[in-house]
Amino acid sequence: MPWFTRPKPKTETPPAQGERRVRTEGLWLKCEGCRQIIWRKALEQNLHVCPKCGYHFKIDAVTRLRQLLDGDWETYDDSMVSTDPLEFVDAKPYKERLAAMRQATNLNDAVISAGGTLNGRPVYICVLELKFIGGSMGAVVGEKITRAIERAMARRIPLIIVSASGGARMQEGAVSLMQMAKISAALMRLDEARVPYISVLTDPTTGGVTASFAMLGDLNIAEPGALIGFAGPRVIEQTIRQKLPEGFQRSEFLLKNGMLDAVVPRPQLKQFISKALDFFCGPVAA
Amino acid sequence: MSDTALQPPAPGETNIAWQRVQLARHPKRPHSLDYVQRLFTDFHEIHGDRRFGDDPAIVCGMAFFEGRPIMIAAQQKGRDTKQKLYRNFGMPKPEGYRKALRVMQLAAKFGRPILTLLDTPGAYPGIDAEERGQAEAIASNLREMARLRSPVIVICIGEGGSGGALALGVGNRVYMLENAIYSVISPESCAAIIYRDAKLAERAAAALKLTAQDLYRLGLIDGIIPEPGEGAHTDWDAAAAMVRETLRKALDELTPLSPEELVQQRFEKFRRMGNFFTE
Repeated sequence: MPWFTRPKPKTETPPAQGERRVRTEGLWLKCEGCRQIIWRKALEQNLHVCPKCGYHFKIDAVTRLRQLLDGDWETYDDSMVSTDPLEFVDAKPYKERLAAMRQATNLNDAVISAGGTLNGRPVYICVLELKFIGGSMGAVVGEKITRAIERAMARRIPLIIVSASGGARMQEGAVSLMQMAKISAALMRLDEARVPYISVLTDPTTGGVTASFAMLGDLNIAEPGALIGFAGPRVIEQTIRQKLPEGFQRSEFLLKNGMLDAVVPRPQLKQFISKALDFFCGPVAA
Repeated sequence: MSDTALQPPAPGETNIAWQRVQLARHPKRPHSLDYVQRLFTDFHEIHGDRRFGDDPAIVCGMAFFEGRPIMIAAQQKGRDTKQKLYRNFGMPKPEGYRKALRVMQLAAKFGRPILTLLDTPGAYPGIDAEERGQAEAIASNLREMARLRSPVIVICIGEGGSGGALALGVGNRVYMLENAIYSVISPESCAAIIYRDAKLAERAAAALKLTAQDLYRLGLIDGIIPEPGEGAHTDWDAAAAMVRETLRKALDELTPLSPEELVQQRFEKFRRMGNFFTE
């Protein structure tokens, strides 16, 4: 049979849209830093840091806990839910927004308060969840962090807070604002009790979170390239009506200006904290 | 977005929150130094943070209130264009917050009470302020004000603009004037975020619950100081007289407390704030 008359082999029915995507989705992704294609597995093995350029991907709170703690952890005050003190309504009622966020993130608010061990040493650790309304701080985040501080103080166990947040939560108005004072006052007591507190600033940490607990650590350390500041870059651009310089408000900028103790890449973060706690508290009792 | 959220206020409908925002920013409203002039004798200004510079947006100084020594740290707006520029529209920079903390610690060292006056649209959002650590300056003030071993009285006289105001706001007593506002974000910025239109600030003002009455109801302030007539701008002397009453009463209550009791009382007051959750 001449080749040109060869009957067309029947094409398989193309898989449905969703199915077709499944086959490749998630195996490769593009680095937001160097725009190169990276294998997802390699990225995960490298703690979500681009193996080619060192760009630090944002990670969720649970992944962060898994990276910093030795094994399992205990969580505290999980069931706390905001009661919407302002009865705030924007595009949708705040209550509905909270419900949707709870569904999407499996968390009741924007922080996980945990206790576990870090290289064998017991620590309390609070990690803000950026996916929950931008990691913003309202009454629940304020109370959970304050309780974690009080727990650390009562048991004389070091505290670590990993920030990733847009700041105070607008939908809870002045209630959110006062959480800054509440947490800072609790940190004053932790300071007087001489229990170490290490603040880890990750991309992004801005507004009322930077202007309270994130800048009040015995050590303030940041991941490379994180956006850290008080006013957001867009607000500043609107105020001064000019383009901001390259690298403005990034970790390295803050380090240069004397606002951070260290910029620590993610693969060294656990070890850095561990050594710092060794320095403050002495080696872990065997 | 729900339709109701976008509709302008119905004719005749009064938006009290927005009226108060406008009163709080009224061009004739008395500013910090207008109160200082009327309430205190022998006011001597103290300048500079001894680190970088002197910020005219915060005025600090020693004074006497009815014969009693008192330290003042106050956010100051300007009235005419020249003054407004000089005071940076009342937006402090890190050196302003550090100056305020320095003088408050100085007062506490000698057991002198402290009065802070809040009146700012917010901390200055500029490149230089960020470079010098605006966030760190505010954060340090929050923690260190909690530690002060002398009475701290805070009065929000106009605009309590977010963290920039709160950085002088950790007191044993916190009061607001009747038409003052205190908010986590300006109504304009809030409207820009939620309605994508800064012109809907009126609506945002109501949603943010930023009036003295709202804050009192939420348990975030200790009291409201009444204003004369249509507002403090109509009669500065009468407004100052009302502040005088409150200040005298607060000082009488706080003076007998020991340094430890003062620190404890201040801590517990803020510790209770924001009890809006279920477990």
